[in-house]
Amino acid sequence: MVYENPDGIRIGLEIHIQLNKLKTKMFCGCSTDYHNAAPNTHTCPVCLGLPGTLPVLNKKVVEAAIKVGLALEGEVAEETQFHRKNYFYPDLPKGFQVTQYDFPIVSKGKVVIEGEDGEHTVGITRAHMEEDPGKLVHIGSIEKSKGVLIDYNRSGMTLIETVTEPDMRSPKEARRFLDKFRNILEYLDVFDGNLEGAMRVDANVSVHWGTRAEIKNISSHKGVERALLYEIMRQKNVIRRGGKIVQETRHYDEGRGVTLSMRTKEEAEDYRYFREPDLMPIKTRELAIIDPEMDISKIKEKMPELPDAKRARFIEQYGITDMHAKALTSSIIFADFYEDVVERDNVKDPKIAASWIADVLLGEFNYRDVYFARKNQTSGKANMEGFSILGVSKKDKNKTYVFRNREMAEIIELFTNGEISDRSAVEIIRAILESKTDKSAYEIAEEKGLFKAEDDLVTKAIAETITENEAAVQDYLGGTEKSLNFLVGQVMRKTKGTADAKTARELIIKELKG
Amino acid sequence: MAKWMSVAQIKEKIEESSAEEVTANYLEVIGKSKINGYVTVSEKALEQAKKIDAEGHNGPLAGVPIAIKDNISVVGLPNSCGSKILEGYVPPFNAHVIEKLLAAGAVILGKTNMDEFAMGSSTETSYFGPTANPWDLERVPGGSSGGSAAVVAAGEAPFALGSDTGGSVRCPATFCGVVGLKPTYGAVSRYGVVAYANSLEQVGPLANNVADVAVLMDVIAGYDRRDSTSIDSKTEYQKALVEDVKGLKIGVPKEFFGEGIHPDVEKAVWNAIHKYEDLGASWEEVSMPHIKYALASYYIIAMSEASSNLARFDGTRYGYRASGENWHAMVSKIRAEGFGTEVKRRILLGTYALSAGYHDKYYLKALKVRTLVKQDFDSALSKVDLLMAPTMPNPAFKIGEKIEDPLTLYLSDVNTCPINLAGVPSISVPCGFTDGLPIGLQIMGKPFDEPAVLRAAYTFEQNTDYHTKRPPEVA
Repeated sequence: MVYENPDGIRIGLEIHIQLNKLKTKMFCGCSTDYHNAAPNTHTCPVCLGLPGTLPVLNKKVVEAAIKVGLALEGEVAEETQFHRKNYFYPDLPKGFQVTQYDFPIVSKGKVVIEGEDGEHTVGITRAHMEEDPGKLVHIGSIEKSKGVLIDYNRSGMTLIETVTEPDMRSPKEARRFLDKFRNILEYLDVFDGNLEGAMRVDANVSVHWGTRAEIKNISSHKGVERALLYEIMRQKNVIRRGGKIVQETRHYDEGRGVTLSMRTKEEAEDYRYFREPDLMPIKTRELAIIDPEMDISKIKEKMPELPDAKRARFIEQYGITDMHAKALTSSIIFADFYEDVVERDNVKDPKIAASWIADVLLGEFNYRDVYFARKNQTSGKANMEGFSILGVSKKDKNKTYVFRNREMAEIIELFTNGEISDRSAVEIIRAILESKTDKSAYEIAEEKGLFKAEDDLVTKAIAETITENEAAVQDYLGGTEKSLNFLVGQVMRKTKGTADAKTARELIIKELKG
Repeated sequence: MAKWMSVAQIKEKIEESSAEEVTANYLEVIGKSKINGYVTVSEKALEQAKKIDAEGHNGPLAGVPIAIKDNISVVGLPNSCGSKILEGYVPPFNAHVIEKLLAAGAVILGKTNMDEFAMGSSTETSYFGPTANPWDLERVPGGSSGGSAAVVAAGEAPFALGSDTGGSVRCPATFCGVVGLKPTYGAVSRYGVVAYANSLEQVGPLANNVADVAVLMDVIAGYDRRDSTSIDSKTEYQKALVEDVKGLKIGVPKEFFGEGIHPDVEKAVWNAIHKYEDLGASWEEVSMPHIKYALASYYIIAMSEASSNLARFDGTRYGYRASGENWHAMVSKIRAEGFGTEVKRRILLGTYALSAGYHDKYYLKALKVRTLVKQDFDSALSKVDLLMAPTMPNPAFKIGEKIEDPLTLYLSDVNTCPINLAGVPSISVPCGFTDGLPIGLQIMGKPFDEPAVLRAAYTFEQNTDYHTKRPPEVA
């Protein structure tokens, strides 16, 4: 099947990601850990742009940009340099942004997504490094605000701006691209997409292969999909009424779900780019002079396994389904969690583990609408080694859920050995998520009496049930299947639910029909 | 205490009496100044000197006073850059060169007047009014480091720091009859020096003699990781103070003796070259065909960079503040009221040169010319050791004489700005007088060959007495 793209839709994206996992900002030594800090406490003369200060490039920025380039299968420029983009805005303390212009560090990459008609390649035009401005905080709503406060904690953070080719043919493809792109970047460990302002998207869209409009600064993947759906509808309506699409920049109003015109091409600003004289050009093949670890071959060696490769390996190595492999690798945290669990001695079957983690645990987390973080165990308690998945509620950051890898392994072990039923396993998982208990899965099973009943206890209960319910036995033998359910229910009651219903059923049939 | 002393003499004096007494003497002289050389006199200077006395005179400049151009950041002292727009701004950090000076024990006397944001050749564009030339109080001291040169010439500081973007150290050095060095680009960190045109400028010393310039260079030069254009050349400047030019090959670029040059200046410079010949050097004429385009290229590049550098002065975070109905209105008002005419002119011209449609025609073309000028220097300096020429084609002009005619004023940088385009070192030393006004000899060398430049300058000084002449009006 080939996707026809009946409306001639072309979507290109410009994505800014903030390298919030680097320890320091792009051109100064200020800490990047400002997300919970008071305003203007993570600043210095350099990121405040005080007169006389000069930028010094953080080498980790270049390393991260090269990693991004390699992950996007792009070309890393042999020589790259910085330019100044000049414009006035209160969040921009120098009156210009240090960015890259005609010599970006990365060009000609690609990302393969699941498109409308199977695998679809989205070209990456370029990716470059630039500094983040500060943040404006309006007192009250933007329209009625009596004043604006500026927080420069964000000023000088590193951004990587990635520009795609207009290769996406539907809002859904755009969203899939963003999901994939974010996933890749999280694998590189340069970026935590959950932090505020971590990812900002501009989307270009045109219909009937015509003139494009650009929608600025959308903050979520869902927002991008919605803004594009609206904008496509708007453009189609304009054309249907005989109008013309003008090249313009539009703003997405998230609350109303509409896009509004900001400025047309004629009003476009002239940024008067010129080479930043305070920074030297970077020769990416000679970085080893600064630091042997910066040699491109070293960076290549240190590249982590990326989502597609990991997915293929999971299928190959663990014999799990493509669906499970995809779900598990959709987050580096889940992928690592899975591998940690299957490598434990008490977990024998990776397929069963995949099902418990991808179907049940991931489902339970998603039901609670969380984003994921990795939490390393630092507790001194024995058997607490390894790490946990931390789920943080998207609606309330104080609401968190933790799940330890050790407990997952234990639950899988208890289930595989037939010591607990599948329903009991789910109950234990929920109990751990909701209670934040330190207890092991075994302890919870014991406490809740979830272990399956002893065999002789079940046998005894069956014998008693058959004796006490003559009529039902006769009905069943006479062909009334429903009576069997009644008998199973009696056995369950006698064993207080600890018997495995399926086993009890089989045993009753065996007893009565031989 | 003698009014004009070398650093060596001051150090002796400090050992005899104290740093406190020496500083007090300078503060007294400054208090009687007729030249408006300082915009801020440090209230902490005496305290600093006392502390150095208490600590026992450690460091190569222990207790030696110095004046600092008002675009170099010093903690606790306003850094106005000669502009209203920086009203009230006091930097919370020291420039690299200030850190070095303080570590060496120097006492900072105060901040010196300058053309607004170093844009000028006369110190007349300063918000704080012009500085007078000590040799003739009706004349300009040159610029933009006019305050620094004038206070050194007037005995209000033994030496000073200036900055040189297109001649801003060498021009006032010439006009005030002192020595001024523009180091090789990258030799001295620019960290903490308010940028006018980043790719061109360097901090440079001004002093009454070549030896003191070398003393200062040994303190301020060297690598600084906070300036990405800084280079570790490991030069030892005072070691270059050797009186010997035998075998030295001098190139005389005829393009530096162009139309409009004062005959006395031409004569004094040729006398100097012949003096070198007498001392065992040889000279030859060299040609630098692209020098005639240097001035235009220099101004386009400097103004373009300036238009961007000065964008940060929006009154939002520091400096002069005015109010407006919204942020853009407020900033427009602040910049309209805070910047002087010359600064506005350069911002506008620089903005124009970088604008879409003009960028290639002006800015890119200027960069191409810059490359050609560099090649001229490379090629000339491959044949000779040093180049010699007049620093300024004319002596100091009258205050108010040229300020209404910016183009004529720009032309006065014709012999100094090519050096900044090429990034090479250049010194100006006194080499004569015309009608009682000093004339400067400019000695240019290969990149990081300050030793050759200093050696030639030192030898000339040891064999002439121009550097011992003092301006009578302030004596």
